[in-house]
Order: sequence, then structure tokens, then C-alpha cells
Amino acid sequence: MSPSLQKTDQNNQRLAVMLGCGLALYGLSRRSKTGIAIAAAGAAVALAGRQTGPKTYSAHASFTINCSPEDAYRFWRDLENLPLFMHHLESVRVTGDLSDWVALGPMNTRVHWAAEIVDDQENQSIAWRSLPGSDLSNSGSVSFHPGTGGRGTIIAATMVYTSPGGALGRTAALLMGRHPEFALREDLRRFKSLLETGEIPTTKGQSHGPRGIHGQASQVLLREKQNMPAPPLEHEDESHSNLVLRRSA
Amino acid sequence: MKAVCWMGKENIQVHDVPDPRILNPRDAIVRVTRTAICGSDLHLYDGYVPTLEQGDILGHEFMGEVVEIGPGIDKKKLKVGDRVVVPFTIACGHCFSCEEKLWSLCDNSNPNAWFAEKMMGYSPSGLFGYTHMLGGYAGGQAQYARVPFADVGPIKIPDGLSDDQVLFLSDIFPTGYMAAENCNIKSGDTVAIWGCGPVGQFAIRSAFMLGAGRVIAIDHVQDRLALASAAGAETLNFEEVNTLDALRDLTGNRGPDSCMDAVGMEAFGHGALYLYDRIKQALRMETDRPVVIRECIQACKKGGTVSIPGVYAGFDDTIPLGALMNKALTLKTGQTHMMRYMAPLLKRIQAGEIDPSFVISHRLPLADAPEAYKIFRDKEDHCTKVVLDPWAEGAVAA
Repeated sequence: MSPSLQKTDQNNQRLAVMLGCGLALYGLSRRSKTGIAIAAAGAAVALAGRQTGPKTYSAHASFTINCSPEDAYRFWRDLENLPLFMHHLESVRVTGDLSDWVALGPMNTRVHWAAEIVDDQENQSIAWRSLPGSDLSNSGSVSFHPGTGGRGTIIAATMVYTSPGGALGRTAALLMGRHPEFALREDLRRFKSLLETGEIPTTKGQSHGPRGIHGQASQVLLREKQNMPAPPLEHEDESHSNLVLRRSA
Repeated sequence: MKAVCWMGKENIQVHDVPDPRILNPRDAIVRVTRTAICGSDLHLYDGYVPTLEQGDILGHEFMGEVVEIGPGIDKKKLKVGDRVVVPFTIACGHCFSCEEKLWSLCDNSNPNAWFAEKMMGYSPSGLFGYTHMLGGYAGGQAQYARVPFADVGPIKIPDGLSDDQVLFLSDIFPTGYMAAENCNIKSGDTVAIWGCGPVGQFAIRSAFMLGAGRVIAIDHVQDRLALASAAGAETLNFEEVNTLDALRDLTGNRGPDSCMDAVGMEAFGHGALYLYDRIKQALRMETDRPVVIRECIQACKKGGTVSIPGVYAGFDDTIPLGALMNKALTLKTGQTHMMRYMAPLLKRIQAGEIDPSFVISHRLPLADAPEAYKIFRDKEDHCTKVVLDPWAEGAVAA
């Protein structure tokens, strides 16, 4: 999307919000049934206006991992490994210098993009960005620094997503946007577990008694429904079978 | 299988649930032969620890036979048929904390670490059958249990020792021992221990093993004071005497060298401050009743050590930080770093130095768990420790 087009979009969005709010206030001031209807319509317009424009999300997180920068770099540099610990990614396929990414959204909607590596410093850092024409415009970078006194590797990652307007944009925003910082931190936490222990801790699929409404609600509150990784042994015959990494001791 | 489920405050039920299965490569499944109810389970029973979910399987003291292992486990370390005791803390063995032998602080074993980070800054290890903030792993008060990172935690038990003799290597014996170690005992020291429940009992015996000259044990349950006395401790009943005055008297106005809080968040006490804690805890304005920790700090000699094995959940007030600071006290605490202690303490059991089964007062089938929780909490029927048999008559009926 060109900068000028983006600006027009943003102006339209502002206009919709202002118009909607105006209608809502006018409706409320009439103190009648019709007034309430007008206010509701105004609120809907304002809400829709707020949601359709392009939006940028960015997140940053870092973790210290008990391994060498070489091991951490090597695992990340094979981009096809990323879906093992990045919760939203379904697959990454590398073909030459480019890669095709598929992320899984709510209700199994899929978001595709192609990406290129824009900077690659061996054992130190990697940066990538999506190509023009992607469903979701995004870029990311990660660095690997040795901790002091042999204390493992400090990895630091930054991700930036720009979701376009419209329905697809909303899906993309839902996918990445609600808690980008939380999602990235949890991704890095899984990366650490995978490199240190060869697996990612989970309780998904364990036995329990009847949960009832109360138990179900607690599970949502603790994000166990959305954030808990599925155990690798369930899809052993698929791409996850390489999950058992042996530590290079 | 049959499993003991937490269904709400003071509501324990035994349910038929699916058998556990291997979820991760380094998991094992254990057929549980003995399990016990811990004092810390009572905090869950009473509903004082947040982030428990209806339907959770309780229990973190259990042992049994390995019946299945995951593909990531080296068979030299663990194989099907091994008889093992499982520690209550779960540790991966490869993170920074595990490499420093701070096993109960494992970086990787809590899948809900983010939640613990909100409350504590950084997350300790996952635990069996405890809160979801600490992992939410299904516990061992069941016929089978799934054990993650099974090549690190479980310890193999040689033939010739009964389940009752070794079961408490799963928590309370190492916990009592570490609590005594945390007292920094020098030969001849006087150690005061609040709480003569099972952990307190092991702490008393461990303090003597570590060279304490005198142990003063404080409780108000007669049976427990008698058990403490049998181990050589002097005893104080806090309902009959003023604990602080009595300790001052017994130590010649010096104070015990170390004070241990083996009670935790649901302490009993007297006076206005105790009433204040009770009300605040009931209104959920304070998570714990820090009665004992206050007394420990107050009673301790200048330059002494306060050790806290008792469980606390959250945020408390009216802790005398002035006394802690001005008397230059050392505070040591933590969940037990189990894997440091299990092997050496197993040796002590084998050598006949201690038979941990002394603490058992009740042996019941798993099906009786709801009743067992109640009598243990209310200390009815001379109850000090309940051991459950998951396969006893009545438990496998349906």
C-alpha cells in the first residue's frame, strides 16, 4: 500500500469515527426510542470506522538460553523450525532465498505471505521481511549475544506487523494483534525449552475430573485454551516428528 | 482410573477419569502403589490457594512402578518395571537453575510460567497436583500418573524397603531436611520449630542429624507434641504458654539460634493481630495468616537464621521487617530442591538411621479420600499423616 493511499484510509477512518460519535451523541440527546436507535447506529459506525484502517503492531522480547549462540542461531536460521515454537505459524517452506509462511488464524483461517532474509550475520543476528503483495505485511529480527561469564545466549527478537484494512485485516489483527508482546514472549519461552530440554512442557491432553463451568472459565483465564502447546507425540507422523532434539553435549 | 479430584472448597470427590498417557518425549507413566495427603494439600482443600481449577487431580506425594516410558528417555536411566519414588517438584535437568542444583526453580517445567511471573517476577518449577500458576500438572492421588522429565526426578528404590518406608522421600522428609539445613545449624545450636506436623517432625529429626544441641518444638496438638518429644525435642504448647516468653526463658534471654516456620499460611494464634489476620484472609484481603513468621522473627536471637519451609501464597502485611533488619537475621526459604536430598536420605533409611513410616497414623483406600482430607484437616482421630492405597478394596469397585 502506498503512503498516500494509507493516509486516505486513515482520513476515512477518522471521518467514520467522528460521524459515528456525532450520531450517537445526537441520538442520546433526543431521549426517545428513535433516539436510542440512532445512537446505536452511530456507535456501530464509529466502531466499524475504528476497526477498518491499517494498523501496526510491534513487539519486543528477550530470553537467556542455556546454549551457545551457534546452536541458537543454527536452529532459528532454519526457518522451517519456526512453527515448532511459534504458536501462530502453521508452516514455513524455504525455497532458495525466499520462504513461504502460513499462519493459522481464528476458525482455521489461513494467512499467507512470502518473505526474504534482509540481513544475516552468522551466529549473531537474522532479519527478514515480507514481500510486497502479502496478506500481512510484517518484518522481524533476532539477535544472539553470549551472556557474560559463559551464561548462555541472550536472544532478543523484534516483530512488526502491519495489518491492512478490511475483513482479512481484522483476521490478521486477531491473529497477531491482541497481545503481540505476550505472544512473542511465549514463543521465545518455547524456543528456550525446546533448545534446553528437547521438548516443550504441556498439560494439554492430561487426565482430569469434570471441569464444570467454573473449571472451564479458569482455563480461559489462565490462557490454557489458547496458549498451551499441543503435545508433539499426537502428530508423530507429521512434520513435528523432529521435535525431539538431542542436545549437542 | 480412579482419581482424587478437587471440585471446590472443602469438596473432594473420587472420579473415574481417563488413564494418563505419554504427552511429551521425556514423560513416563507410573502405576501408583502408595500416595499421601500433604499438609499443603489442606491449603487447597480450604480454598486458600488461588488458580486451582475444578476437576484437578490432587496429590504430590506418590510412588509406584514405571509402566510406560516416552521415546526421549534413555533406558539406562529409567525403564519399565522400575520401582520409583517421584519428587513433587518437576525439573528438566538442563536449564541454568537445574545446573546449579536449584531444582525447585527449574526454568522450563511450568507451562503457565507467564502467570507466575505476573505474581512473583519469575516462575519457580512446576509441581504435581498443585495450582495452575505452578503448572497445573495432574497429581498422584490416582491409580496412574504422568511424570514429565522422568529421566531427572524419580529415584529407583532397591528391594527390601517397604513403600511406607520410602514414600516420604517424595516431599516431607527432604522438605524437613532442607528446612533444617536452611537453619545454618552449628554443633550445639538451639533450634526452635513452629509446627509439629509431618514436615516439622522430619525437621526435628534432621536438626539433630545436623548437630543441633537442643530442639524446641511448638504446637497445640497433643499427639504431635508427643511425637516431637519422642524424637528428643523439648515441647511448648502455645495454648498453655506465651511462646515468646517461654523461648526467652528456655534460652536464658538469648533466643534460639535458628527459628523455623513449619506451619505456613493457615497458622493459628491468639490476640488482636491474629483476629485481624483471620478477618483479612476471610475477606481475601490477605492471602496468608503470617502469625508464625512474625513470632519466628521476634523470637530469633540476634544474628540468627529464620528458615521457612511452610507454604505461603501471596501478599502479607505486618511482617516485622524492622526486627529482621536491626537484628541482622538471615532468611532462608524455598520449595525443596528435591533431587539434592533424595539419594542421601534414601541411604540414611537403608542404613536404619530413620524409619519415616513413624509419622503415619492412617492407612486408607483411595476411595476414602474425601473423609481422609476432613479428618486430617480437623486433626480428628489422632490424625498426623494419611497414606492412601489406590488399589485397595473399594477403590477399584466400578
